[in-house]
Amino acid sequence: MKRGRWFAPALVAALAVTLTFLTLPVVAIFVRSTPGSLIGALDDPGVLDALWLSLRTTLIALAIIVLVGTPAAYLLATRTFRGHALVVTLVELPLVLPPAVAGVGLLAALGPGGIVGRHIADAGVRLAFETAGVVVALTFVAAPFFIRGAQTAFAAVDRSWLEASRTLGASEARTFARIAVPAAAPGMLAGLALAWGRAVGEFGATLIFAGSFRGRTQTAPLAIYERLGTDFDAALALSAVLVVVSGTLLLSAKLLAGPGTGAPHAAR
Amino acid sequence: MYACPPHEYTDQVPAGPCDTTVTTYVMLRQMRRSTRISALLLATSAAALAGCGSSSDDNDRGELLVSAATSLKSAFTSYGQQFEDAEARFSFAGSDELAAQIRTGAKPDVFASANTTLPDELFKQGLVERPRVFASNRLVLAVPADDAKVEQLDDLTKDGVTIAIGAEGVPIGAYTRKVLDRLDATTRKAILANVRSNEPDVGGISAKLGQNAADAGFLYVTDIAATNGRLKAIELDAALQPEVSYGVAIVKGAPHRQAAQAFVSGLLLGDGAAALESAGFGVPRTPIRER
Repeated sequence: MKRGRWFAPALVAALAVTLTFLTLPVVAIFVRSTPGSLIGALDDPGVLDALWLSLRTTLIALAIIVLVGTPAAYLLATRTFRGHALVVTLVELPLVLPPAVAGVGLLAALGPGGIVGRHIADAGVRLAFETAGVVVALTFVAAPFFIRGAQTAFAAVDRSWLEASRTLGASEARTFARIAVPAAAPGMLAGLALAWGRAVGEFGATLIFAGSFRGRTQTAPLAIYERLGTDFDAALALSAVLVVVSGTLLLSAKLLAGPGTGAPHAAR
Repeated sequence: MYACPPHEYTDQVPAGPCDTTVTTYVMLRQMRRSTRISALLLATSAAALAGCGSSSDDNDRGELLVSAATSLKSAFTSYGQQFEDAEARFSFAGSDELAAQIRTGAKPDVFASANTTLPDELFKQGLVERPRVFASNRLVLAVPADDAKVEQLDDLTKDGVTIAIGAEGVPIGAYTRKVLDRLDATTRKAILANVRSNEPDVGGISAKLGQNAADAGFLYVTDIAATNGRLKAIELDAALQPEVSYGVAIVKGAPHRQAAQAFVSGLLLGDGAAALESAGFGVPRTPIRER
């Protein structure tokens, strides 16, 4: 018995180090930004423009992700086919791509000189330097978060419900809309909250692909970066706002995903 | 941020009549896999820890940390290769951002800025030693080398032309605004209406032009040379040209002060000055003296 005594304290120490390291930057943001500077920062029209643009672009990106991602995730969760694993991996790839790589890739693909971009530019559609370009960048980086969540949620829906619905004469589409989506909704919403958090925080891909222009492409993280050199207090204050926004999103993801995520399973 | 939703893990072993065998098989498989994974994790973290220690302590020459404006990248990189007193390591970014890092306590050895105001400010705040002017540069209108939409400054006012300039806080952005301020109000307004991006440093502007994402931008003449022919420069009228002077200062409490001093001397007269000259920088306009 005595020999094992060191283990539990070691675990506690490791957790304490982890917790301190991961929360320290967040604490510092609030310690160093005074309430006055917080209010002052929100008085800056550039900051408000950036927050408003972030809100609009992330919501549009989320709408696109849900519309296209939900059926795609349903297919991945309910059917197996050749290359299924490969498709899942490709869909998840943006999760691990550095944002700078995403930005360079988007520029090479959809930029005015890009392999697809040059054709859509001929049709008069511009994405670089446009709000639409921000939405494209956000959609690219955030979509996998939702699709993963939705896929897991759909896979967890009891198959017998879907079969019962079909046996009772409901079409596949009706079964999807009336049974599968409501049953998977909590998991989908949790995935959506994570996707939103990722989209709000997007920086590199947006800067590289869409540039930085107030009211048009300068989202909140880009506004922080622009203020870093000239007005560190404003950068801190806007960071504090984003901590609150992101924290709220994470918390809602946790609540939606159901109680006890990550906690040990109760003894059965 | 990278958050992992809980991963579904299913070991698909056919449930057979012989339950104990199956369970043992699963346990064995999982055990072997988990042992392998732990070994891999341990090995990776050990390697990572070994790699992230101060890497050049065992080096004969010490190292020298230089925070420098992005526009100095090619000149300083080649100077760094010739520099013998220490192994020069560079951090290139917008001068304003580098200054902000020093203000928040970062301690590089040398700070080289694309203007003189930032080093002067840091000097007044007691964060760097007395700055020296070591080079001059000039602004040009930069356009893609192939099928450029813009051929002269007046073209910037045309509808549908997209322009990328530096953000207000970064020196290139401040100089660009000086140029624009010297134009008549109508032209200036028309040009500003076509600005689509305020980039954090010259690298961002070059990249947008190189990818034809923007039709024109204002850069230093030395940035054009560094793009190996992808961009071309349109000279500005002398009357529009702002004075572009680069200031350098040794950071107070620099960890490698001696090497820093040698680096700065070389910039004023020596290999550094030669590297700057061949990258297209001008000699300092203000004579080298205590300012």
